[in-house]
Amino acid sequence: MQNFIHLLLRRMRLPLIVIILTYAISVLGLVLIPGVDDQGNTWHMSFFHAFYFVSFMGSTIGFGEVPYPFTDPQRLWTTVAIYLTVISWLYAIGSLFALFQDPAFRRVVAFTAFTRAVRNMREPFYLVCGLGDAGHLVVRELAEHGIRSVVIDRNENKIESLRLEDFPVHIPGLCADVADSAILIAAGLEKKHCAGVIALTDTDHVNLMIAISSKLLAPRLPVVCRSESHDSAANMASFGTDYIINPFDTFARRFALMFQSPSMYLVYEWMISMRQAQLTEFASPPRGTWILCGFGRFGKAVRESLSFQGIRIVLIESDITGTQAPENTIEGRGTEAITLHEAGIEQAVGIIAGTDDDANNLSIIMTALDLNEHLFTVARQNLRSNDAIFATADIDITMQTGRIIGQRVVDLLTTPLLYDFLLLARQQDEQWANILVSRVVGVLTDRPPETWTLTISRKHTPAVMEAFDKGIHVTLGHLLTDPREIATRLPCIPLYIRHQNNQETLLPEEDLQLQAGDTLLLCGRAGAETHMRWTAHNAHAVDHICTNRDRPSGTIWRWLSQRQNG
Amino acid sequence: MNLEKVIFAFFIVLSLTLNFGFFIGDLDDPNHHNVYELYAALVVSLIATIMKFGDRAHIGAVLLATSLVADLQLIAAVLVWTVSVHASEVGLTPSTMSSIVSLSGGALLANIISVIILVTETVMFRR
Repeated sequence: MQNFIHLLLRRMRLPLIVIILTYAISVLGLVLIPGVDDQGNTWHMSFFHAFYFVSFMGSTIGFGEVPYPFTDPQRLWTTVAIYLTVISWLYAIGSLFALFQDPAFRRVVAFTAFTRAVRNMREPFYLVCGLGDAGHLVVRELAEHGIRSVVIDRNENKIESLRLEDFPVHIPGLCADVADSAILIAAGLEKKHCAGVIALTDTDHVNLMIAISSKLLAPRLPVVCRSESHDSAANMASFGTDYIINPFDTFARRFALMFQSPSMYLVYEWMISMRQAQLTEFASPPRGTWILCGFGRFGKAVRESLSFQGIRIVLIESDITGTQAPENTIEGRGTEAITLHEAGIEQAVGIIAGTDDDANNLSIIMTALDLNEHLFTVARQNLRSNDAIFATADIDITMQTGRIIGQRVVDLLTTPLLYDFLLLARQQDEQWANILVSRVVGVLTDRPPETWTLTISRKHTPAVMEAFDKGIHVTLGHLLTDPREIATRLPCIPLYIRHQNNQETLLPEEDLQLQAGDTLLLCGRAGAETHMRWTAHNAHAVDHICTNRDRPSGTIWRWLSQRQNG
Repeated sequence: MNLEKVIFAFFIVLSLTLNFGFFIGDLDDPNHHNVYELYAALVVSLIATIMKFGDRAHIGAVLLATSLVADLQLIAAVLVWTVSVHASEVGLTPSTMSSIVSLSGGALLANIISVIILVTETVMFRR
């Protein structure tokens, strides 16, 4: 604010001085030049009248010659004064508008508004650096969850489009260089409401800078970083970056899981899918010979994760020396039929188009399907703006970089337990996953399941804590009871519990006794969460469910029932 | 030599001298106090104020404050003069004249402070 007023005053100095001088000269002239009054006597205009006259003349209102008609010398001077004052006003107003249009001034105004919005944040917020596809998804999903964020991006257009979009909460955005630590501080890095830093720019080095700055300036904050090379990921990990997300590795691991354990993959997919997403119809990819086009970071990650599966991979890469592709790699882009023939497309079961060019990837898929229509197709989509064409093309799996990163970040922030659960779940066998899938399907309608966490504490489950105080044992089964109909269970499944002493239980049983400090991860039909939270907040409901008895709640009824019993 | 400083010092000193010229004389005698001088003092004082607009240095802010005080005092004096002559039946009596002059005396004091600050600054930073 200070800055902006200073700049305004400084730039308006000369125009204001010009106005004052022209007014002073015009007024003085009118006072000095003699006039004639209605009786024909010589008359001098007073300063008051002169100022009044110049005021309405300068602003081109023009009430006429007051208080007496002017003499010719007065009219001559008035003519001069009209031009002087009108020009000085135009000059002043013109410079004011020029100032408002000035990019430097607008930057100062935008920065001032941004810092004020950050200063007025009274609830936890995340600092999101980089508003690409991933950043946009993160901001939107967090806003849907009612979590606020502050956004910085180098690109003015992205910040502009953020303002035009309709978010349920206000998202302050600033166009600035994110690698500048002063900007991070202005964006609230050191504020106590800042809940974490998310570095999602498309340059690893910038993300690294952000991670270092935030770890030095605000060591308590969790930092989530996007990294596309193992080199910078190791660097980020070395100074304690909390979560490092490599979109290619993440996708490659999931893709490998599809071969290894389809049910487990399904569990994965459900847990992390966004609220609007439909239940995916899962097609398990076939084993056999796969053609992988493009041996960049994506290609390398996929090849590495698939090499364990005993699957034969034929590589196609146009720049063999630059990417250090293995010797038997076929040279070419993969968009031409001849290259695909050479790679043995007729015998292949699947093709992965993994170049960093969306048009090439689509072309590879189309050409390959022409040659062999039974292929299982996987395509890498680099830009979200190509959503429509990728959706129309008949592709079995589309890997969207931004979406993969965004989903991971949102899951980490909104349901941190999910991460722990999935880690534990990966150690289980396929049969375990099969059972879990059938149980989850049992409680679902056609919409994908929702996952949520519930912590047993005074803040989140006051009614349960009250029951503990009364000495009532509350089990997990009680919490799963439908508060409207005690005989039925809510359509949800407890996935994981972490106790206060950090012990964890996978798929806990219903008779497990709850304790203060337990954190539960549940998944189930949409709406079940609301009922569960209602129970957790309503002491009578908990009472009723645990003791199977309706207790009188008012003082008189309580007294009456005590008399009856006692 | 800094032209900005010269011009600013010129206006500050000029507003002090004009103000002093108006103030000097018998407190309640209209013949000793020229209306043109008051007018010039006000205009020069306004310009001096605007020259300090947007100055972020501490001393610049203090100078802005003192010259704003001088402006207010002079505007008050001008208002008293205008109202007594034009907007009421009172006219330029000794009592209104003395209140106008004492208001300009306040402005004079503020101008003196401005000049003192200006001199101090000049002495401290020999540039």
